[in-house]
Formats: sequence, C-alpha cells, structure tokens
Amino acid sequence: MTIRNITFREAINAGIRQEMRLDPTVILLGEDVAGGAATFVEEAGEEAWGGVLGVTKGLAREFGRTRVLDTPISESAFIGAAVGAASTGLRPVVELMFVGFLGVCLDQIYNQGGKLRYMFGGKAQVPLVVRTLIGAGFRAAAQHSQCIYSVFTHMPGLKTVVPSTPRNAKGLLAAAIRDNDPVIFFEHIALLDTDGPVEDDDFIIPLGKAEIVKPGKDVTIVAIGRMRHMAMQAAEQLAKDGIDVEVIDPLTLSPLDEDAILSSVKKTHRLVVVDEDTPYCSVAHDIVALAAQQAFGYLDAAPQTVTPPHVSVPFSPPLEDAYIPDAAKIIAAVKATTA
Amino acid sequence: MAELTQDQLLWIYDRMRLIREFENRASALFAAGKLPGFVHLYAGEEAIGVGIMANLTDRDFITSTHRGHGHCIAKGVEVNGMMAELYGKATGSCKGKGGSMHIADVDKGMLGANGIVGAGGPLACGPGLMAKVKGTDQVTICFFGDGAAEQGTMHESMNLASIWKLPVVFVCENNGYAESTPVHYHSASKDIADRATAYNMPGFTVNGTDVFAVYEAAHEAVARARRGEGPTLLEAKGFRYFGHFEGDPLSYRTEEEIAKNKSNDPIDQFRRRVIDRELLSAATLDEIDARSKAAIDAAVEFAEASPYPELSELMTDVYVSYR
Repeated sequence: MTIRNITFREAINAGIRQEMRLDPTVILLGEDVAGGAATFVEEAGEEAWGGVLGVTKGLAREFGRTRVLDTPISESAFIGAAVGAASTGLRPVVELMFVGFLGVCLDQIYNQGGKLRYMFGGKAQVPLVVRTLIGAGFRAAAQHSQCIYSVFTHMPGLKTVVPSTPRNAKGLLAAAIRDNDPVIFFEHIALLDTDGPVEDDDFIIPLGKAEIVKPGKDVTIVAIGRMRHMAMQAAEQLAKDGIDVEVIDPLTLSPLDEDAILSSVKKTHRLVVVDEDTPYCSVAHDIVALAAQQAFGYLDAAPQTVTPPHVSVPFSPPLEDAYIPDAAKIIAAVKATTA
Repeated sequence: MAELTQDQLLWIYDRMRLIREFENRASALFAAGKLPGFVHLYAGEEAIGVGIMANLTDRDFITSTHRGHGHCIAKGVEVNGMMAELYGKATGSCKGKGGSMHIADVDKGMLGANGIVGAGGPLACGPGLMAKVKGTDQVTICFFGDGAAEQGTMHESMNLASIWKLPVVFVCENNGYAESTPVHYHSASKDIADRATAYNMPGFTVNGTDVFAVYEAAHEAVARARRGEGPTLLEAKGFRYFGHFEGDPLSYRTEEEIAKNKSNDPIDQFRRRVIDRELLSAATLDEIDARSKAAIDAAVEFAEASPYPELSELMTDVYVSYR
C-alpha cells in the first residue's frame, strides 16, 4: 500500500477518479468541470481547466467528454438532469460551483432529488452526489463564502457530508458516490491546498460515522469541517493549561453519528460545538439540543457554541477575519464550561 | 390519417375512454368528500397524452405535471393502484405516500406527476442523458403546461437538451390557462412552439383535441429523438373540462367557450372518424365504454376496500440506507 502526501484538491480528484474507473455509470457534470468545451486543448496534450479551481483536472482526458460534461450556467437544468439520470440508471456527480448558488436550483435538489423516493413509496432511488464549495476566508464576500449545510441537513431525503482532511475527503466522496441516496458533499475552499497522507489504493470511509480526532477526558469539542483544525489548535493550547479536550469531527451531518457525540459527552460532562455555519436553526444548535435532551443529567455546565454571528459573510478583510471562529474563541468557550 | 393498425386504434380509444372515466369518477368522488387533498383533472386533454404515448414502449420515459392522471394511464400505470393512491391507501401506486400529484411508476417509465410547475423539464433531461451515455435508443417525453412554459426551468432544459442533442420530446399541453390566467395574457409568444427556433430545434403546433394529429407529430419527433438527432418542441392546443383543481369555480371561462370545447371533444371526434371510415364499429366502441366504466368501478371498490398504510410506513423510504 502506497501512502502519499496529497492536497485536499487532489484527494477529491482521486476519489472521483477511483469511482469512475470502477463504475462506468458514474458521470461528472457541472460548469467548467472539464473546462472549455473545445477538446483541442486535450488533443494538444495540455490540461483543460478542470473546474474553476482545478479540482477535476485531467478527468475529461481520462474518461472522455461523454462522461465528463461541461454545462451551461443552468443549475436547475443540469442538477435536475442529474436527478433524472440518477433515478434511471446513472450515478451522477454534479458540481454546484458555490453553495451560495443553491438559490437558483434548490427545487431540483430538495423537492425532486430529496423527495422522489419517499413520494414514490420507495420505488425510486436517486444515487446522486452534489459537490459544492463552502467557506469563508477568501475575501469572496457574501454570495461565495457561506457554509449553509444546515439548510440541506434540515431536509429529509438528503445526506450531508463535510470532509475536513485529504484522506477523509477521498474516502467519504467515494462512499457518497456508491451510496444509493442523494448526498450533498461540501468542500471547504480554504482546505483545498492543505495536504495530508492518503492511500493510493481504493478505499471508502463509511458515511454516518464520526471521527474521534483527539481523545480527551475534560471537555468534548464537536468541530465541523475546517473547524476541526481550529479546534485542534485550541486543544494544543488548552493542554498547556491542563485541560484535556476530546475533539470529534462528525464528518457526516445527516445522518449524524449521535452515539459518538453522546458517549463523549457522558464521559467528559462538557460540550462545545464549533461550526462555521450561521447559528440559527443550525447543526451546532441541534447538537446542543441532542446533549440537552439525551445527556442532560451528565452535563456539568451549559453547552457552548462557537459560530459566526448571524450575518452574511462580509468582504472587508478585518470584518471577515472577525466573522470566522478561531482558536481564541474556542478556548474561551471551553473555559466557560470549566469555570 | 396516420397509419395506425386496428390494435393501435383500439388501444387509443381504450386509453382515452379509461382516462375520461377515471377523471369523471375522481371528480365525483372528490365532490362527495371521499378523496383527501386535491386533484387536477385531465378530462378533455386525452388525445394529447394518448396520441404521444402511442409512439412509446415501456422502456421509454415520461415526466409529468400536477395534471398527471392521464399521462399515467396512457403510459400503462394500473388504475387500481392509481385510485388507491388518490385515497391514500397502502395499495396505491406509491403506497399512499405520494397522492394525486406524485403518482409514479418507474418500472413503466413514468417518472412522476409533479407538484412543481416546470420541474419536469430538468428531470426529463436526466433519462435523456442516461440514454446518451449508455447508448440506448430510449426516448423521454417531457409534458408541461402552457403555464410551465413561463418557468425558467423550461428555458434551461430546452437549451440543455438541444446543445447535448438529448433524445427528449418537449410536449407543451396548452389548455389555454395557467390556473385561471389565459395564455394570451401570460405568454409573449403567439405560439409556445415558436420558441423552438431559439433553441435550434424543430417546433410544431398541433390540434390537441385530434389524436391523429398528435400521434403523427409525435411520431416524427420520437423517431428523430431515437435517431440521436436531438429534441423537438411540440405544442398541443386543447382544453380541460374541469377547473385548475377540483373546486375551482371556473369563473374565468365563458358559456361560449364551454360550448365550443364540448363540440371539440377528443373522444367524440375519434368516434366519429373511425365510425365514418368504418375502421371500428360503434358496437366495439360501446363495448370499450362499458369495460372502462367497469374497470373504474372495480378500481374504486379496490381502493375503498384497501387498508391505509401502517403507521410504521411514515418512517420508511426516506433513504435507501439509513447510514
């Protein structure tokens, strides 16, 4: 088994490539995913764009333009087409370039993709993956920087996955492609250039299972997506103060691994949830509610959340930096539970 | 007249008659308070769905609309299951979980009635893409109303189907009204089919009360799609007897218009034509009438005798796998 250090971007590419090699019904479509409909680029031996950020580079060359399809800027049409294709025998991986574009195609994702199976009494399945970019930190302002996975997690029929490392990005994406339900897969833009060890071999990481990133005995920190790394920074500093935190990364938000979170809270008696999504009706608040309802007697302090304020992502650098949760805020929240 | 075999003529009449019976009965059952929710009825538009579907096989697909009962019956969905679905019974086509607006039968290629106006356009591109990727000759029909023609999804879908040369036939069922709003008010186009030019695909307007005209136009459009030459936009102009939904007071329609519709009844037109030309006898047609009525009687009996779903069904079919 070869393990190589690759970026999050390369890991996503590897996950798609792995599944496209294994299953001829897997197709990839979205705006610029091949990159420039003109195939002369490949004929000249050069690489086409492979998406605006190069995540899907090289896939058009390997799998051809029948399976890797550039689309017009018509999110409703091509995501709806992916839903229809999924229910009739393909496994489409469709890219919604930024999650902020959900406003122009939400009907096809949740009213169609998420509901067909239930409305049809179980007589349809929709093995679809919608990949989409999330996250603040790139000075991309309000329409290109939010997370809003809570919106999709709210909707029955959809599964939601937020990877956080190159390895889990590859494994979870492969699992999402093999899954027979529609999965929304959220790729954080600030993670694309981060790197880490990933097996070259085929593998999957099952959906619905949280990862205990760091075991600890004093406080449970549940941290979603990129926030896992912020939580680990905080954990390091807290250790110096003699506070041993346990960091849990849910990886899948729907279905949520409630057992992993509850077991940890019952052990540490304290909970902090760190989430880059806005706070109202959020996964962060759901996790707090979960602990309050099912582990109330175990809690020694009120659970805390560390989230952005309930505002859109600002453009101005100092404002955006203040918006994003960081290690200092996490440390303050942890200390609030141990005070 | 299109070249139709005796068997096809019998099938066409049988389906049109069965749709009419189903819809008239659904109207009566709704008025009697027997059906939960609401229903949108297809009576008057039978020639469109049946004339199109006469060109398809079970391997072909359709996407439908909120007014989907006729499409289901023409595509071969069983009326017992459909009626039970309207009642919300466990024996319904969708186990009672979908209701009138979501009747589907994927095995028959019927990808669902749809409660969202214009949603079927994108969906129809899906099986079109599937057929293209897998190299099959399956064709998909996208039914949409004149109201849906004004949704952005239909523009996006027709453009996408055209650039990818998908085997999809877009069938606009222009019954004159988007709910209560007349087409001359809501559409900037003289004919919806005129828009085909913008998508670089053939576009035709046909008389949607004449099943032969619909059949013939669809025949060419379906053949073109099967040959891999891409989509076509067909507009079939007709009318609906009932309101947008049952309970609609129909105050937007004149007596004159109602009388004109009656004189253009698609089933009466078919009868006159096949009897005049001695293709089918009145006795044969009357027999089909009686059989259709009996089939709907039986469907109502079946639905009423069927149980409601177990409460445990509430939680099933959300996901294929729950992890």
